[in-house]
Amino acid sequence: MDSQDSGVARPVLEGPDIARVLTRIAHEIVERAKGAEDVVLLGIPTRGVFLGRRLAAKLEEITGRKIPVGSLDITMYRDDLRMHPPRALARTDIPGDGIDGRLVVLVDDVLFSGRTIRAALDALNDIGRPRAVQLAVLVDRGHRELPIRADYVGKNLPTSLRETVKVQLAEEDGRDAVLLGAKPTAPAGER
Amino acid sequence: MMRHLISAADLTRDDAVLILDTAEEMARVADRPIKKLPALRGRTVVNLFFEDSTRTRISFEAAEKRLSADVINFAAKGSSVSKGESLKDTAQTLEAMGVDAVVIRHGASGAPYRLATSGWIDASVINAGDGTHQHPTQALLDAFTMRRRLVGRDAGLGQDLAGKNVTIVGDILHSRVARSNVDLLHTLGAEVTLVAPPTLVPVGVEHWPCEVSYDLDRVLPKSDAVMMLRVQRERMNAAFFPTEREYSRRYGLDGDRMAKMPEHAVVMHPGPMVRGMEITAEVADSDRCTVVEQVANGVSIRMAVLYLLLGGNEPAVTHSRTEEK
Repeated sequence: MDSQDSGVARPVLEGPDIARVLTRIAHEIVERAKGAEDVVLLGIPTRGVFLGRRLAAKLEEITGRKIPVGSLDITMYRDDLRMHPPRALARTDIPGDGIDGRLVVLVDDVLFSGRTIRAALDALNDIGRPRAVQLAVLVDRGHRELPIRADYVGKNLPTSLRETVKVQLAEEDGRDAVLLGAKPTAPAGER
Repeated sequence: MMRHLISAADLTRDDAVLILDTAEEMARVADRPIKKLPALRGRTVVNLFFEDSTRTRISFEAAEKRLSADVINFAAKGSSVSKGESLKDTAQTLEAMGVDAVVIRHGASGAPYRLATSGWIDASVINAGDGTHQHPTQALLDAFTMRRRLVGRDAGLGQDLAGKNVTIVGDILHSRVARSNVDLLHTLGAEVTLVAPPTLVPVGVEHWPCEVSYDLDRVLPKSDAVMMLRVQRERMNAAFFPTEREYSRRYGLDGDRMAKMPEHAVVMHPGPMVRGMEITAEVADSDRCTVVEQVANGVSIRMAVLYLLLGGNEPAVTHSRTEEK
């Protein structure tokens, strides 16, 4: 998914856009979850975790209550685990009160094939039984390979498979942006 | 990382740190209601134990089961081996059954190496202790325990043990734990000092990357971790010291000696402990003693090793962490 080397990556969302989009998603969550009283936010590493924390901060501003936020590593639940060397694990951090009977909102940066979210649903299954699971993503770039959709979308970004979408966040990359680039002339079917 | 884990000396610093970091995430699974991960679903692991062992075998079995592997236990007693079968024939039998990994404990130094390099089997070989040679997962769990206690759980991620002083006391001559620990701790940047009666120091120790001392009291005040070893009577066929009482007075760890250690220093023991011999009950039961922690950490470390060797289509490569970003 690296697009820097192709040199033609074009920003489709900049820092202020991302902040605005997250504010809107936070309001949508409060509206749909009727006050967001039992919401637990779980970010998918790496960048979903930062987005989850930012969303939690916005939700706390709106509701005035503390919103439980954590992270959910899906590495060992991936369907392509056997096709690559083992990946380093990321942190799974479930908030103290757990997820049983709560509304879990999964947070990720880009929704693409849907396979990451399928893995996340499997991972959740080993941790508890939420009342419901919803999905919030910063960018939906289409090309689903599984019957999965997002409940909250920052930006719908119609793309071709020859393009790459790269999310940069200040916590990890030093700046906020969503970059649309062309895949360096590599064989298709990567990832 | 290689396809097999035979010796702690084969691990690079990055390999070892990757294993410790992975173990840190594996340890968190123990706190969950469902202590199970799907990483090795459909993989078959054989625990091939030619030598008696309770804790290592149970620890490996727990790790394999937590990763959803299919586990076959093979103890030499009461098996075809007691009827005279050779290691080669046993290995080929296992190969024919389609096993993916063999965890082997053997009384003969070098048996796991032979199994891994002979071409008898395709499976990954993990050394669970061979003779007086190596016990790499023990060294890894000891390093993991030290990193958690001396550096911190989260602060330790990505870190080695640079600058830490580790003292290993007791029967070095017969100890594969000591050998593995010297190799691994040196790789991780720690300074190791061996303390033992001259008769229990192996020939050639001057080529090991460590110091040797005969005076425990002088070494204790500058130790961050003190590892006490059991005197392995079952491997002793000569008189190595006059009396147990004398050994215990010069090389045993009691409350007075523990008081000479720095405030933060920990006491470790690979188990099984002989209370009253190398360690007193007072020390063994104090909260500076990590024996019980080491057992729990053993499961996490073995999960990490199994995942990194067997979890993908080939063993993990250490630069994957940076490559993914």
